[in-house]
Formats: sequence, structure tokens, C-alpha cells
Amino acid sequence: MTGRLLSIFLILAAGAAAYLLFPYNLAFLTRILIMIVLVLSLDLILGLAGIATLGQAAMYGAGAYAAGLFAIHVWADPVAGLLAGAVAGALLAAVSGAVLMRTQGLTLIMLTIAVAQICAEIANRARGVTGGADGLRGIRPGKVLGLWEFDFIGITGYWYAFAVMLLVFLALAIIARSPFGLSLRGIHESPERMVAIGVSVYRRRLAAYTMGGAIAGIAGALSAQITQLVSLESFSFTLSAEALIMLILGGTGRLYGAILGTVIFMAVHHVAAANDPFNWLFVIGALVLVVVFFLPRGLVALPVSLKRLAKGGRHAGT
Amino acid sequence: MADRLLELGNVTAGYGPTHVLRDLSLSVAPGERLAVIGRNGAGKTTLLNTIMGLTRLHGGHLRFGGRSLDRMAPHRRNGLGLGLVPQTRDIFPSLTVEENLLSCLRGDATLEEAYALFPRLKERRRNGGMQLSGGEQQMLSIARTLMTRPEVLLLDEPLEGLAPVICEQLMAVFEELAKDGTRAVVLVEQHAEAALAFATRAILMANGTIVHEGPAGDLIADKTLLHRHVGVGIDP
Repeated sequence: MTGRLLSIFLILAAGAAAYLLFPYNLAFLTRILIMIVLVLSLDLILGLAGIATLGQAAMYGAGAYAAGLFAIHVWADPVAGLLAGAVAGALLAAVSGAVLMRTQGLTLIMLTIAVAQICAEIANRARGVTGGADGLRGIRPGKVLGLWEFDFIGITGYWYAFAVMLLVFLALAIIARSPFGLSLRGIHESPERMVAIGVSVYRRRLAAYTMGGAIAGIAGALSAQITQLVSLESFSFTLSAEALIMLILGGTGRLYGAILGTVIFMAVHHVAAANDPFNWLFVIGALVLVVVFFLPRGLVALPVSLKRLAKGGRHAGT
Repeated sequence: MADRLLELGNVTAGYGPTHVLRDLSLSVAPGERLAVIGRNGAGKTTLLNTIMGLTRLHGGHLRFGGRSLDRMAPHRRNGLGLGLVPQTRDIFPSLTVEENLLSCLRGDATLEEAYALFPRLKERRRNGGMQLSGGEQQMLSIARTLMTRPEVLLLDEPLEGLAPVICEQLMAVFEELAKDGTRAVVLVEQHAEAALAFATRAILMANGTIVHEGPAGDLIADKTLLHRHVGVGIDP
């Protein structure tokens, strides 16, 4: 419990510090927060349950379009829009997952990519509803909780995204420590054993995939509400792949890794792309190589690795 | 039906197209202590895996409490009352002892029950699965299966590779688990003497079939038969 309170305090402090230190970069900071929510959803699916996917953008895009259409045609309330995004993401994950969760390995990865591509093509063809390649425009979200209007500077958007990210993080922290979350980790490590102790691996994996879909849908809905635009890029393979790289950078299965990896990836991307718009990918590539070779458990494991190194050094010296 | 909780009739089973068990028939009564002994490759582990639905059933039938298991998924067999402690132990290495137990907590089962049976696990409850000794891993594997409240506990070579003092502790636990007569224990073991001392009935397996079946006391006295089918460690 103390650990959880400390982590909440640290995240709050980091959020406040970022807000105070970079007041003119709130749009960028908000993009990071939205991406953290997406990467957290991936951590539930891949990090905890061990479901390899390169199609998480499918649920993100579904959530974005659902929230956008909901705001335009039904109700502009942002929280209701988030729920619409979550339902859309969960529905898509549940329906596609009913088939996908019966597969594994390369087949599963290819099918997850295919689902995202099919969604992108449907959104492209349904131009009358989604705006097609021009994107869905005209999203005008109402006040957050009827109190805070989305402003031009992005203050409301930043704190709104921050609050949603924190709630998602806390919910996932509770799930990860619950018997359900532990059984997902058990499935990740030994599905055969989980079957023998009475767990339906298929159902648990489907439940995890659906939950992850709901969270990715929330991330998409946040993006739609804050940028007030949904494009076909929401379903892109690049988005899924970048989310995966962010998670691997930070470290899978520990939630903090999703936050750390996203912040570092996007910060490096931001700085490197500003300095060299043509070769910034080299920097990202080098970073991934270093982490994969020297910190296979991700940047979140850096303190432990340094501690071990220091101990080893002392032993070597004595 | 009461004297046949688990029943296998003319079972032929194996892995993929390979037949390991051949036309094997067996029954287990409620509260019974059954020892399954035989050399490596005799089909002992395959027998337990077949009962749990982890192999391919080529022929015959299995029933538990009067219900057919033939097409039942392995996880549902566990829900029905069959619990397997595998030879490989399969501890989840990244989870602590407590998390390993919580991951399969069922119904009214509590962690305290597991800790009462294995006090050592309580001492090490915050340790990761990979930090445990072989004996502790075996204790955890058994405790984790007990969390699912099995009516028939299937133990696959639980003493393998353990120090004699740990083997004695585990055998005492098996006695404890079987003493009230509500839970049947099927003990597959290469330590024939320990298994036969524990069991009331025993089967001797070779080449995927049962070559001898009878009271455990009779078998332990028949050193020649034991030596022929178990070999090492048994003086004829």
C-alpha cells in the first residue's frame, strides 16, 4: 500500500513538474500522456498475459472514431465519450479476440496486423461516416465534468489526459496484483500448468485482450477529444509498432515500464527529429539496441542492474 | 458408483499419433491411496496426463464421479475435482510464493491452509519462485494444486531429485492429506519402497500397460517381481 501511494505521489509530482517546466509544450506532453495509456493497454496484453500483438492500433482507432462520432452525433460530454471509446475498443477486441486468442506466435501477430488494416480500410471506405482519408472533423467536446472547457493553450486537455492516465494506471496496478492478474502472468509463463490447475487459458486471454482493447479505446477517445480530429493514421501499423517499442524500451509487465518507455521514446523522438528530421530514426534504433543488449528487462530495471554492477565491482575489489 | 470415483476403461492414449498407454483399465475409489510404479518410459506420467486430458485419447473411456471425461477440457477436469502435481513442478518463476498460490486460489481455499501444511512456504512467501530450493518448489507445487480442492490428487514423482530429509517431510504431508479418507491420492513414484509403504493398493506398469495390480503390502514383499519391473534399488 505504501509503495502504491509513493508511486501515485511520484506520478503526480512528475505531472506537475512537467506542467511547470514546459508550459509551452502542453500539446506535446498531452500526446505523451495519451500514448502512455495506449502503451499501458499493451502492457496488460503483452507484458502480463504474454499475448504478442502488433495491432493494438485497431482498438485505439475504434475508440477514437467511436468517441468522435459520439461527440458529433450523440453527446459532447468528454467522460461519456471516453466510455464510448472504451466500449468500441472492448467490442472490437472481444469479437476479433474470439478468433485471435485461439492462435499463437507468428500467426497471432500477423492476424492482429490484419485486423488493424481491415479496420483502416473500412474507415477509409465509409467516407460518409468517418470522413475517409480527410479524417473525422467537427468534434467539439463539451466541458470536462461540466466545469472545465478545452482551451487553446491545452491546460484542460493536459490535466484531463493526466487524470485519465493516472486512473488507468491505478486500475491496472490493482488488476495486476489480483488473482486474475496473477493468473495472466501464470499463463504467460506456463499455459500448460494453468490449464492443469483449472484455468481456461483461452477465456483468460480473451478477457485480458478485451480489457486491453477497452483501455486502448480510451486512449483513442482521448486523442479524438483533445486533437478534435481522427485520421486513418489511428489504425496505422506504425502506431502499433511504436507502442511496442516504447513498451520494450521501458520494460514489459511492470506498468512503470510503459510510462518510462513512452516518455523516453517520445522525448528522444521529439529532440532528435527537431535536430535532424531525416536521420532521427538512427537515434531511436541505437537506443533500442542498447536497451535490448544491455537491459533486456527494459529501462525500468536499470537501477537494479546498476546496483548489481556496483556490488560486483566491490566484490571484485575485495 | 461410490467405490469407483475415477474409472479408466481400455484406454489407449499418447502424444500425437504415438500410442503410449495401451488398452489400460483402472479404477480409483474415494479416499484410496494408490501407488503407480514402474521404470522410466513405462507410461506412468502419460497415465496421469491422460487422466488430466493433456494427451490424445485414441481409444477407451474415462469417467469421474459418473461423468465422462473423454471430451472434457483439462481445466474443466480440474474444476470437477482432479488435481495434478506435475513432475516438472512448473513454478511461475517471476511470481512470489504467495502470488503463485493466489494465482489459482479457488472457492473457500485460503493461503493459511497452504501455510499450515507447509510452514516453510510461509517463511518464504515473499521470495520469488526461482529463489526456492527443489524441495520448496515441490511444496509450492503441491500447495498450489491443493488450492483447487481436488478430490483425487495426482502426484507425479514428487520425490525426484530431493534430499532424503525432504522426501520424509513430503511423505508425512501425503499421509496427512490422505488420512481423513476424503481425498484419493495417486502417487507415481520411482522410489518404490516409499510409495508402497504409503499406499494401500499398487499397480506396476511396463510398456504402457498394467503388469501387476494388488495390495501394496503384497507387492512390497514380492522382491523378484519388483526387481524385474523396477530394477535399480530393489534387491531380489
